[in-house]
Amino acid sequence: MRDAGRNHESFSQLTVMFKKILIANRGEIAVRVIRACRELGITSIAVYSDVDRASLHVRKADEAYHIGPPAATESYLNMAKILDVAKRSGADAIHPGYGFLSENAKFAQACADAGVKFIGPSPASMEMMGSKTRARQEMEKAGVPFVPGTSRGLESAAQGLQVAAKIGYPVMLKAAAGGGGKGMRLVHTPEELKPALEAAQSEAERAFGDREVYVEKAIVDPRHIEMQVLADEHGNTVYLGERECSIQRRHQKVLEESPSPIVDAEMRQRMGEVAVRVAKTAGYTNAGTVEFLVDQDRNFYFLEMNTRLQVEHPVTELVVGLDLVHLQIRIAAGEKLPFAQDDIQIRGHAIECRIYAEDPDNNYFPSPGKITLLLSPSGPGIRRDSGMYEGWTVPIDYDPLLAKLIGYGTDRPQAISRLVRALHEYFVGGIKTNISLFRRILTDADFQAGRLDTGYLDRLLKSKPPEEKGEDATAAAIAAGIFAILDAASAIAGNGNSSPNPANEMNGRTTVSGWKRTARVEGLG
Amino acid sequence: MVYDVTIDGKDYRLELERADASWRCRLDGREVQLDAVLARRDVLSILIGGTAYEIKRECTPTDMHLWVGRVRYVAELRDPRSLGSRKRAAADDKGPKKLLAPMPGKVVRVLIGERHPVDAGESILVVEAMKMQNEIKSPKKGTVQKIVAAEGSNVNAGDVLAIVE
Repeated sequence: MRDAGRNHESFSQLTVMFKKILIANRGEIAVRVIRACRELGITSIAVYSDVDRASLHVRKADEAYHIGPPAATESYLNMAKILDVAKRSGADAIHPGYGFLSENAKFAQACADAGVKFIGPSPASMEMMGSKTRARQEMEKAGVPFVPGTSRGLESAAQGLQVAAKIGYPVMLKAAAGGGGKGMRLVHTPEELKPALEAAQSEAERAFGDREVYVEKAIVDPRHIEMQVLADEHGNTVYLGERECSIQRRHQKVLEESPSPIVDAEMRQRMGEVAVRVAKTAGYTNAGTVEFLVDQDRNFYFLEMNTRLQVEHPVTELVVGLDLVHLQIRIAAGEKLPFAQDDIQIRGHAIECRIYAEDPDNNYFPSPGKITLLLSPSGPGIRRDSGMYEGWTVPIDYDPLLAKLIGYGTDRPQAISRLVRALHEYFVGGIKTNISLFRRILTDADFQAGRLDTGYLDRLLKSKPPEEKGEDATAAAIAAGIFAILDAASAIAGNGNSSPNPANEMNGRTTVSGWKRTARVEGLG
Repeated sequence: MVYDVTIDGKDYRLELERADASWRCRLDGREVQLDAVLARRDVLSILIGGTAYEIKRECTPTDMHLWVGRVRYVAELRDPRSLGSRKRAAADDKGPKKLLAPMPGKVVRVLIGERHPVDAGESILVVEAMKMQNEIKSPKKGTVQKIVAAEGSNVNAGDVLAIVE
């Protein structure tokens, strides 16, 4: 079998590569795309809101332009402003990242109208996949397996009751325009259906401006497994293996891995072929992801297609040895895929942890603020895609994803042990992060055995956390004294080598020494 | 120097002297073989009888945290010769309690108005940050004495949101 990675350079050189790419995003994904641009010799253009001037993507880009206030609707979601920057800066393509405008067909169309290449699928494919009911109708025609239910919005509770009786309870009500768990309701009995439908409809209306809700059979304790596809603009479509994404909290993915512990070569091929059929039915081009629900008998059902690069794309990159962002850019430039399905081979195992600014000890409250200390892991098998740096203030206005820590190993146990080791090296001070959660997941017996479903994390969080208090309290006691003495010495020397109380700096007050602080506390005593 | 140190509620008597690069240390009267280097701001490398520890310091608006490996300890340090350190930790649950903002954000809703009764654990305000709404709960049963942060106002971590009596 040939090595797909080695053929990476053999893209046809006939097409004209972009000279300048605008990245219509922020945070770690903007940094990720900027890095790809630099590797390909393409000038990168960042955009930023008021609160992102000091953000890492602005520091890393070749050019950067201000696009407005913190509210995303007035900056990162504002098509006119972004297209204006594209025009002024001479960008010939736009990479949307994930979130924001990445799945907005109108934006893709506006790019085309402005003569700027949108790095992603066509507006028509995005529209088809943007509506879950419309996607179901098309997939039904193409013979793609999906969860039994309606392919159109429910017209009444009576119709819902009729369908539910046929497919059997429990059933799931879902918003056609849905995502992120909004407009979703699990219904166990006929009595629950009417109120649940009304609640789902009004929630869908509020969240998406569209009250269409359909019904499907609820799969009990499903897994969530997705298949990466890649399609060029010359009719070639391949799949790059699956990602296991069952570990979720509030319908948000927390940890992903590739390959899935339960998918073998035969199942991968069947799922992959269905995913390719989905992509072809949608006339899909560029990178995309077909999501499946998998039941306890390993039957899989089409759920939806995400028409963008996924947050968790690095785990696929590591096991197939390809750079998906490079490939996205080259496909958008009109090049042909430089490999065929048979060239794709999965080697080793990769796991990604999404590091969020949130407090695990306080119900995962968001925890924005200034990062006062950052110690980052490295070493064998560790990849870190990060949007943060020490001294940066995490703004309150956006998604709390700070960075992704990805571990790679020749097999799953090695990937796990490398990640556990790297998490030990990782320290983010000044704000709270969910780093401790990953240690808990990765050392959990069910996780290690691959016994996962979408309810796994809720169960784990309800169980008692393992006792972490060690014998090291005496080391902490001694360190407290050493810090106090060093603070006093540096306050006398006035060298600013040590910062006794970063919290005070954050509040804009002057730094006080440990001595003065003690004195003040005494005074209040 | 002599310190009274409290780590996660447990008290220690620490005697510490520095002479150039070396340290003399007694903990609760017992001699400790100690070496210490400040690796960078807020990061201390210490060797205790050959065992290596990396200790990270983090200061919040209210506490000092010391991380030893993966474990976070709440640390308090006092000079025992002073008066105030002998009369700490008194009457905790009595008197008015302040609700502090756990993170910067925006007060999007006030659920219980001033002078209304409130149960322990009942939500008083909703603070939104990073697209997530978070309910701020009462630490005790009583009455909402004052809502300090009005609906729509932006707050910083540690700001007083409300007072429960």
